Amino acid sequence: MALTKDQQLLSKIATNDRHGENSPYFDGWKAYDNNPYHPINNREGVIQMGLAENQLCFDLIQKWIRRNPKASICTAEGVHEFKNIAIFQDYHGFKEFRQAVANFMGKARGGRVTFDPNRIVMSGGATGANETVMFCLANPGDAFLVPSPCYPAFDRDCGWRTGVQLIPVNCDSSNNFLITKAALEAAYERAQQDNINVKGLIMANPSNPLGTVLDRDTLRSLVSFVNEKKIHLVSDEIYAASVFSTPSFISVSEIIEEMECDRDLIHIVYSLSKDMGLPGFRVGIVYSYNDAVVNCGRKMSSFGLVSSQTQHLLASMLSDDEFVDNFLKENSERLAKRHSLFTKGLEKVGITCLKSNAGLFVWMDLRRLLKEQTLESEMTLWRVIISEVKLNVSPGSSFHCSEPGWFRVCFANMDDDTVEVALERIRIFVEKQQVKSKRKFQSNLKLSFTSRRYDESVMSPHMMSPRSPLVRA
Amino acid sequence: MAIEIEQPSVGLSKVAVSDTHGEDSPYFAGWKAYDENPYDELNNPSGVIQMGLAENQVSFDLLEAFLETHSEASSWGKGAPGFRENALFQDYHGLLSFRKAMASFMEQIRGGRAKFDPERVVLTAGATAANELLTFILADPGDALLVPTPYYPGFDRDLRWRTGVKIVPIHCDSSNNFQITPQALEAAYSEAEAMNIKVRGVLITNPSNPLGVTIQRSVLEEIFDFVTRKNIHLVSDEIYSGSVFSSSEFISIAEILEARQYKNSERVHIVYSLSKDLGLPGFRVGTIYSYNDKVVTTARRMSSFTLISSQTQYLLASMLSNKEFTENYIKTNRERLRKRYNMIIEGLRSAGIECLKGNAGLFCWMNLSPLLEKPTREGELTLWNSMLHEVKLNISPGSSCHCSEPGWFRVCFANMSEQTLEVALKRIHTFMEKRERVRNLISSQ
Repeated sequence: MALTKDQQLLSKIATNDRHGENSPYFDGWKAYDNNPYHPINNREGVIQMGLAENQLCFDLIQKWIRRNPKASICTAEGVHEFKNIAIFQDYHGFKEFRQAVANFMGKARGGRVTFDPNRIVMSGGATGANETVMFCLANPGDAFLVPSPCYPAFDRDCGWRTGVQLIPVNCDSSNNFLITKAALEAAYERAQQDNINVKGLIMANPSNPLGTVLDRDTLRSLVSFVNEKKIHLVSDEIYAASVFSTPSFISVSEIIEEMECDRDLIHIVYSLSKDMGLPGFRVGIVYSYNDAVVNCGRKMSSFGLVSSQTQHLLASMLSDDEFVDNFLKENSERLAKRHSLFTKGLEKVGITCLKSNAGLFVWMDLRRLLKEQTLESEMTLWRVIISEVKLNVSPGSSFHCSEPGWFRVCFANMDDDTVEVALERIRIFVEKQQVKSKRKFQSNLKLSFTSRRYDESVMSPHMMSPRSPLVRA
Repeated sequence: MAIEIEQPSVGLSKVAVSDTHGEDSPYFAGWKAYDENPYDELNNPSGVIQMGLAENQVSFDLLEAFLETHSEASSWGKGAPGFRENALFQDYHGLLSFRKAMASFMEQIRGGRAKFDPERVVLTAGATAANELLTFILADPGDALLVPTPYYPGFDRDLRWRTGVKIVPIHCDSSNNFQITPQALEAAYSEAEAMNIKVRGVLITNPSNPLGVTIQRSVLEEIFDFVTRKNIHLVSDEIYSGSVFSSSEFISIAEILEARQYKNSERVHIVYSLSKDLGLPGFRVGTIYSYNDKVVTTARRMSSFTLISSQTQYLLASMLSNKEFTENYIKTNRERLRKRYNMIIEGLRSAGIECLKGNAGLFCWMNLSPLLEKPTREGELTLWNSMLHEVKLNISPGSSCHCSEPGWFRVCFANMSEQTLEVALKRIHTFMEKRERVRNLISSQ
């Protein structure tokens, strides 16, 4: 096949698909962008429930900012610091910033572990952190195991520019999606047989999309597994402070204190995007117990440092113990309340979710609404939910879930009123389905758009390309 | 000096164990010497003066004055309105108001001689990220970019480290004031071909770091014709465009393209940043401006790894969309840099040291080749060591910039007060006088 002009002029990385945006799931976002719900101006619009954002605690942060004008270099009280902050580009980052982040991370784990500020390495959000870790640990063509279902953009973050491939370790509802030793071993063996060099395992704990925390046994089993195989363990803990009921969160940082382990294998990825609701500030953290990775990662952080203006603000905010303690407590309580409101509303119409206690979403079980237990049926149902129910939820297949019928639904990126509207729409939809299934399920549902693959050559930057859904996923 | 790191039980990546991060070079060793004994007017007047850091500290008062009079517009001060939207904003397109402000600022720097479309502005966390990102997009591992020497030492890391792309130098020398010639371009291309390396583009810095000179129009035309003939890319790193002492002397590649009605422009990409012109390196503000739609789209997606803090975008959108502020800033900054440049040139001349005639940047390109014991890299490094440990000035040796001619040094002048610059010049005077006395002593024997 002759190369297109683009393919000749640009790199393989630039012309391959690993940016992940050429997927059918883009359509849900387009539907939202074309017709976004607004409580006053557009109550018939699509409600965005595919966006894992925490919008519940801004008032606490705003109050703190108002009371601490010195933390901003733009206020009369803070502008005298402007010059020193504006010229600071040392990739170590402000000491106060690292101390404050270490402090926050420790408190999010109930003070059960402490973090060394000298191991805190900055990156461009968790997106940048995951990529940086892969650059440090793996060569192009190497692989990382990843328990699935998993965050859709792991493939882009871990593999687009690094050339690393991800191998799923499938989990399913037969045991509430727990990661089993058998599944780990099977995935590892298959890779060996395919001559793929496995360099490590990456997981999100708490889990996206499941909203669950890993139990102690599973964690110990994972640590044993990587030690035995002599591979790395990357624990993406960006939802650590978004745990709102029991069982409590156990970090890998705690596990390594209580069992024999080669610490050079253990790396944590963190961010303030979810726990604090500040995705725009691009605060990503690589925390490694491996000195060489800290050193290398720090050099690489030149490619994605946190703005010194932002470091300065957060150094001040996160070293305010009273603020942090209150924030963590309030955040948990508000998430718990919202989670309860939403799951109870779903239960009223007979919809169950995986029992969860963390994250900004629920893992909703719609298997009984599928015509057949297939991917196609899941996609059909999904398009109906978008076009008729007008909710942008995320189908399980976009998380590489091997079992069709599951959907991730975000609940923390809207106000209470909108939650009620969403629940009402779901109630109406479910009741309609029940009426329909009394007759035969009609397969010729009128779809409002086709399921074409998104054609890139059509797009020009003059027509604003849709915001990347992967960033928020 | 290599540091032995005990190898962990599990290997890291090849990228991680390579030294392409470049930190073992003299460029960085000088920094270490400074860090260990930094000059301070009051507390450490005999410390090392940092002249290896291309920072612009001459115009901060203008920025501070703006903030003091516009705190409502640029902060979330009273009641923090807009905080929530700002904190949530992670769209990789970037804040429209900020992109508009950047495009407008870039136009003003070029005296309105080129137009910039905000839809083509892609945001990255610094020019460091922008250059790396473009390299990922334009070249495959093992391919090469041609870069005129001498060049910014950081390019070795930014263009090569994680990308696996090579740099093949376009050799320039003092015989024609280090200008890029068509012969040098062809020679570099042939050199790559002979090594079986695929050339994907040419990367120029205009104004040049470390030379402190703008590239002439005719040379830009030749470079553009060259890349068009070879069907390769042209990256123009214009991060010092606002630091040209006289506005009319800077010609951007954007002007060349506009004059040609943008024919063949899809191979051209401009890198810009606010780190040098505005003196804000800590804020991590870089941009890629590409005339290639596919590059814009792909770069935008890739910028996910290195977005600019929305807090910072918001602040700078406010500042840079104030035309009165930016026009005054650009004008005043140029004047102050020119004054600073004249001061150092005069000071060096009176010590018997000549520099390349410069017209831009935060540094001058100093010729110490007459002082070399041996006209070799080793001779240069010996002299550099003397400057560092005897004269206590950290300046950058030309060899760390891959200069093919030994004896040249980059000396920064905008990252210190005038008083400190006076102290540095005095030390150079003393050093040169001492050398003169020693030479006279030897020659009189």
